[in-house]
Amino acid sequence: MQASVIVFPGSNCDRDVAVAIKNITGRMPEMVWHGDAEVSKTDIIILPGGFSYGDYLRSGAMAAHSPIMKDIIAKAKHGTPVLGICNGFQILTETGLLPGLLMPNASLKFICRNVNLRVERTDTIFTNRYEHRGVITIPIANHDGNYFADDDTLAELEDNDRVAFRYVGEKGELEDRHNPNGSRNNIAGIYNKRGNILGLMPHPERLVEQILGGCDGRLMFESLLEALH
Amino acid sequence: MNNTVTLLEPCPYSFQEIAEHGLNENEYQKICDILGRHPRRTELGIFSVMWSEHCSYKSSKYWLKTLPTKAPHVIQGPGENAGVIDLGDGYAAIFKMESHNHPSYIEPYQGAATGVGGIMRDVFTMGARPIANMNALRFGSPDHPKTRHLVDGVVAGIGGYGNCMGIPTVGGETNFDAQYNDNILVNAMCVGLARTDNIFYSAATGIHNPVVYVGSKTGRDGIHGATMASAEFDENSDEKRPTVQVGDPFTEKLLLEACLELMQEDAIIAIQDMGAAGLTSSSVEMADKGGVGIDLDLDEVPQRETGMTAYEMMLSESQERMLMVLRPGSEKLAQKIFEKWELDFAIIGMTTDTGRLIVRHKNQIEADMPVSTLANSAPEYQRPWVETPRQPLLKAGEVPAPASLNEALLALMGSPDLCSRRWIWEQYDHTVMGDTVQRPGGDVAVVRVHGTNKAVAISTDVTPRYCLADPVEGGKQAVAEAWRNITCSGARPLAITNCLNFGNPEREEIMGQFVGAIQGLREACTTLDFPVISGNVSLYNETNGKAIPPTPAIGGVGLLEDLSIMMDPAFKTGDEIIIVLGGEGEHLGQSLYLKVIHGKTYGAPPPVDLRQEFETGEFVRKLITERRVTAVHDCSDGGLLVTIAEMALAGCIGAQITVPDQKPAHANLFGEDQGRYVITTSQHMSEPILSEAANANIYARRAGKTGGSQLTIDGKNPISLAELRKVHEGWLPAYMAG
Repeated sequence: MQASVIVFPGSNCDRDVAVAIKNITGRMPEMVWHGDAEVSKTDIIILPGGFSYGDYLRSGAMAAHSPIMKDIIAKAKHGTPVLGICNGFQILTETGLLPGLLMPNASLKFICRNVNLRVERTDTIFTNRYEHRGVITIPIANHDGNYFADDDTLAELEDNDRVAFRYVGEKGELEDRHNPNGSRNNIAGIYNKRGNILGLMPHPERLVEQILGGCDGRLMFESLLEALH
Repeated sequence: MNNTVTLLEPCPYSFQEIAEHGLNENEYQKICDILGRHPRRTELGIFSVMWSEHCSYKSSKYWLKTLPTKAPHVIQGPGENAGVIDLGDGYAAIFKMESHNHPSYIEPYQGAATGVGGIMRDVFTMGARPIANMNALRFGSPDHPKTRHLVDGVVAGIGGYGNCMGIPTVGGETNFDAQYNDNILVNAMCVGLARTDNIFYSAATGIHNPVVYVGSKTGRDGIHGATMASAEFDENSDEKRPTVQVGDPFTEKLLLEACLELMQEDAIIAIQDMGAAGLTSSSVEMADKGGVGIDLDLDEVPQRETGMTAYEMMLSESQERMLMVLRPGSEKLAQKIFEKWELDFAIIGMTTDTGRLIVRHKNQIEADMPVSTLANSAPEYQRPWVETPRQPLLKAGEVPAPASLNEALLALMGSPDLCSRRWIWEQYDHTVMGDTVQRPGGDVAVVRVHGTNKAVAISTDVTPRYCLADPVEGGKQAVAEAWRNITCSGARPLAITNCLNFGNPEREEIMGQFVGAIQGLREACTTLDFPVISGNVSLYNETNGKAIPPTPAIGGVGLLEDLSIMMDPAFKTGDEIIIVLGGEGEHLGQSLYLKVIHGKTYGAPPPVDLRQEFETGEFVRKLITERRVTAVHDCSDGGLLVTIAEMALAGCIGAQITVPDQKPAHANLFGEDQGRYVITTSQHMSEPILSEAANANIYARRAGKTGGSQLTIDGKNPISLAELRKVHEGWLPAYMAG
């Protein structure tokens, strides 16, 4: 699996995700500068976490207009897998590749903690190694993780099984008190219609070794390796 | 103003103007002697910042020289942007701690944010990628009307800057005390990782080499920040808000990446961050260290505002700027890298053989002064001091017992000083960079050396109420606790940085506190082989004549050679034996028990026996290295019972403990005697450990065993962990919610 990690000014999880992928797949991703015109042949494009352009204006808003995005949008529409983590998810909603948007957390504070997620689907390239409806632990670290979409969009997401992960309790309880940021329907991540694009707020690349506190993030990259070889 | 200078021209400045530059009459006279004339306005400004307490250490230098700074593993001690230690295998840790107290009180978000930004620049200036931020925060009493606002702003500011940079903030300490009501302390520490063969220093050697300015544009913000940081507060201090700088972590992130990229090339001769006193301090220090002169053309300085004068540009403390001296011929390469990162890049001058700092602006010479004299002739004072009167040691029986041990424990665990700081550290990204192997909330933060099986262990410590009662013992205790905390992880403590926060040194009793604390630091650093490699002094932390307690914050760093032995405080399983090592609790003087339960602070703090501290710590480290223990936690604030309660909460496993007969139970459980640890081990391992301790002359007692979901003392009245957790986790969020 050859991955490409896009580096925007202010990306700060580009190295983390590249290291995780290298350790899991054995192959170092290509680091692609945001100012480039195109991403060379790749199996998956990764938009990493961070504060692209300082998140000034609005999280992800300026990065969505970086030169490289034109090619990424075109490739994504043709089916190239795209994974947007945290700021990457925000960029994906800003480009319109994924619906809705990420608002400031309900507490108006930055939140860094491990959260429990329920894996809503396991028939995707991103999640085939997870247990269906299993509960996994992954850290969040964001200020704007509060997913919002209007009722129609939300209904479309739900009806088409496009919610990837939801914030739940340890035993999978879907309750408000387990929602760290006020996101609608406890949504932590969503797919596009075709299922080749995933955007999520939690950081799977941060829990890929037991010494870091767990391995649940590892399975996402193993799933991709399984699907994309 | 009348002065004794034998110059023909009358002095062009009023007495007030000179005083506003933080200079006294003698100091002004000295300037005239150096120049042989009255200073130009820009020159007066330059002297003002260079001779400010903040930049010149004029009151503290004499005493700082008495601290131990050397060890085989020290690559660079004090005097550079930060200190450097050898981690082996070609890796070096570069670290420093610095205060941003005054700005944080005036504008908490920006004050704290720029403090974090500044300390990170000090570290990456030297070629290190920052890998961990820590902090030491002191706020006023929770009842004070400003405290909540200050906590909120400072925490958000620290998080705002570090999170955006993508450097994990992995821990720190926070206290509340009425003596900080009008002078909070915000001390930020940064640890970076570099290759030992690629460390950058600030000596600008060579003649006719280009002097390059990179980073943000210069504005009028922060002019005279260093002078402000060297003055007392009064009721008009809020008017100083305009001298607080505004941080831009996004630009700093670009600056970090651009600098590290350029550092891979053979292009940089010297590099220095423009921090306090901005362009003045960076250019003078670089030139002085390299023994050269420097010519600056201010017309070339990237400017954010129009019509700035030379005075303003030389004194601006605009953030996110660096000054470099490049190898001739590498300008194009450097420019390309900085332009890629969309940062300003300008050649603003060159090094010369004149030994003078010459500042030109609009075809005028605005300053022409001797570099070496400017850098090295700052006044140095041996200020008069008086020893802090000792307080009597309290006998255990002199402090009343609580009505109920359980109630006392609950009160302590839910007190502002001991409650969980989760509300704070969850606002810091502590998992970015993927190497945080021990997160906030324990004794130390442990961060892996990227790509290896090693880690650095970091701890910030000081107990100001001990320092106030006895600066010498308090100084020792601060160093000893950092050393002990690092030991708890299994790491070997290597070196410290410090941030010495005191009141007005012109008062004899404050200077006495400073001298005492330095003595304590010196003794502890020497005995524990834990040298000082960098640091910062913050004086004049006073408002209307009321000083803060002496607060010599220590930032310790240790090396864990093998991550697989790493230890933490959490109980791991039931039916394990709990052992107390190093002694029993007796000293309640200055304890939190006294403060929280009886509302009093008196008596001598617990003494620190450094020899015993060392031996006990070595014993604990040996047990960890041999994988014979399952949890380790040091006994500090709150004493033994709080230590055990914290271990139980961390592991979600209860404990049954016993109190030895011959001691008053409350002194045993809440005494803050130093040099102690609580460890757990399996049943069969416990006997050999107890006998080995006895053979090594280290006190050890079997204090109980782990198990269940309650904490029970002498078999009576169990407290559920759920109840303990509720009070422990409850106070701070409830307080902040107002």
